[in-house]
Amino acid sequence: MENNLSLSKGKINSRKIAERVIFIFLRLVAVFVLGILGIILYFIFSEGFSVLSIGFLTEMPKEGMTEGGIFPAIVGTGYLVFFSMLFALPVGVCAGIYLQDYAKQGFLVKLIRLATNNLAGVPSIVFGLFGMAFFVHFLGFGASVLAGSLTLSLVVLPVIIRTTEEAVKTVPREIREASLALGATKWQTTYKIVLPYAFSGILTGSILSVGRVAGETAPILFTCAAYFLPRLPNSIFNEVMALPYHLYVISTSGTQIEKSRPLAYGTALVILMIVALTNLIAVILRNKFKIKQ
Amino acid sequence: MNKIKIEAENVNFYYGKTKALSGIDLKIYEKKVLALIGPSGCGKSTFLRCLNRMNDLIDGTRVEGKILLDGEDVYDKNVDVVKLRMRVGMVFQKSNPFPKTIFENVAYGLRVNGTKDKKILQEKVEQSLKQAAIWDEVKDRLHTSALSLSGGQQQRICIARALAISPEIILMDEPASALDPISTEKIEYLIHELKNLYTIVIVTHNMQQAARVSDFTAFFYVGELVEVDLTGTIFTNPTKKQTEDYITGKFG
Ligand SMILES: Nc1ncnc2c1ncn2[C@@H]1O[C@H](COP(=O)(O)OP(=O)(O)OP(=O)(O)O)[C@@H](O)[C@H]1O
Ligand SMILES: [Mg+2]
Repeated sequence: MENNLSLSKGKINSRKIAERVIFIFLRLVAVFVLGILGIILYFIFSEGFSVLSIGFLTEMPKEGMTEGGIFPAIVGTGYLVFFSMLFALPVGVCAGIYLQDYAKQGFLVKLIRLATNNLAGVPSIVFGLFGMAFFVHFLGFGASVLAGSLTLSLVVLPVIIRTTEEAVKTVPREIREASLALGATKWQTTYKIVLPYAFSGILTGSILSVGRVAGETAPILFTCAAYFLPRLPNSIFNEVMALPYHLYVISTSGTQIEKSRPLAYGTALVILMIVALTNLIAVILRNKFKIKQ
Repeated sequence: MNKIKIEAENVNFYYGKTKALSGIDLKIYEKKVLALIGPSGCGKSTFLRCLNRMNDLIDGTRVEGKILLDGEDVYDKNVDVVKLRMRVGMVFQKSNPFPKTIFENVAYGLRVNGTKDKKILQEKVEQSLKQAAIWDEVKDRLHTSALSLSGGQQQRICIARALAISPEIILMDEPASALDPISTEKIEYLIHELKNLYTIVIVTHNMQQAARVSDFTAFFYVGELVEVDLTGTIFTNPTKKQTEDYITGKFG
């Protein structure tokens, strides 16, 4: 009896120890990840903060991009975000709703879903090549805001479709049935019940993809990004400068890389801030609309 | 005697390959209350959902036989389900208000059917809330979320919502099963009031409730209709042994 008791006690102890070890290990990993993130942020902030100024944000680049600001790149990224969302949002949201609520759930839908998921994993340089072949050359848009935006919209389309599908899936069957039982048509139910309910989810996905569009380099490399352009585009058929590409250019291929180094960190900081800002907006909007439900 | 409002003729129902209803013949009389009773899984909800074609929403379901509403087969190809559902309203087991205001919940059916006039909407909403015996409790907060109400209040909002489009028939699937005795009593009282205006079909597991509220009672057992008669007859003098066993609590 006594033996038995002490044995069971021992077992519990070893289990407790194992638990504690694993717990400490997990905590260390978490701290490690956070630490790395912190170091990156600290590094870019400390290097880039000194060049941040109104002038940096509102002036043209000067002296072979070793001085002056990044205004055209900011505006260019703004254009790309705007137009790519203009294409990707309606298409992605409609496709997500269609796949989840309208399409007959069968082989074809499974195939489409598989394709979208795979598309999300395709390296963005492949999108860039496709964009160049299809939009720039085949459709003859040339290297332009239009071609770049369309390429970027393809990059984020899978994300938007997925988040829309997920959001639509969370709408309880009961309230859809209630709507239909009151003589609403399927479309009215989508429009008046499903969309408002799923709105915050769709919104989050879309805003996260804004951050993605603002930061992607490869898709715009061959489709719209200008090395240096001392003026703003005046049509969607013009080339533009864009923040991520500008960062790439001034940190790899300038003649005076060392001299433009601080500007590169400043640019990186601006990109980071844009991404952080969009994510923050996503969180705020989601909470705001959640309360309404 | 009374006018027949709905008549089911030899109805079979399948979920994919599973047969859930077989050979149901049932007459539902106008402005009477019919209670559907029977053990869990015997097909009461399935039958109820055939009457307004809610089962159409489930993939792979199939109906055989006829369900006549005022003599017209509701499963006919030419039937507009939207019109059908406006004539045959439904209250669900779990209260399911929309995440909208109380007013918008009740006005929903009118709005989707094209009513825009503010005055008509207001009148209809008030009238329906009064009919559903919830007006006094919510009249000062029509524009707050319906989700802020208690379960019993929410269920009466759902009833008001169904009444607002002036259906001819109201289907209720265990409308009081999740409610406390006081809310239940309110809903039973409501059914008494409503049957002057509407034909009501109610599913319930509560024998006393069936006895209290209904004029007719139908007993279902594993997808078949065992017996249907005046409620008084079913509860005092049922023809079939199965019915007697069920209502006296010997099984199910
Ligand atoms: N969506 C569905 N898909 C497949 N089978 C179903 C579905 N809904 C119900 N069934 C089956 O059909 C039969 C009848 O179900 P139904 O919901 O009509 O029973 P019920 O009498 O309403 O039971 P309860 O009193 O528990 O609500 C059951 O055997 C059930 O498993
Ligand atoms: Mg049921």
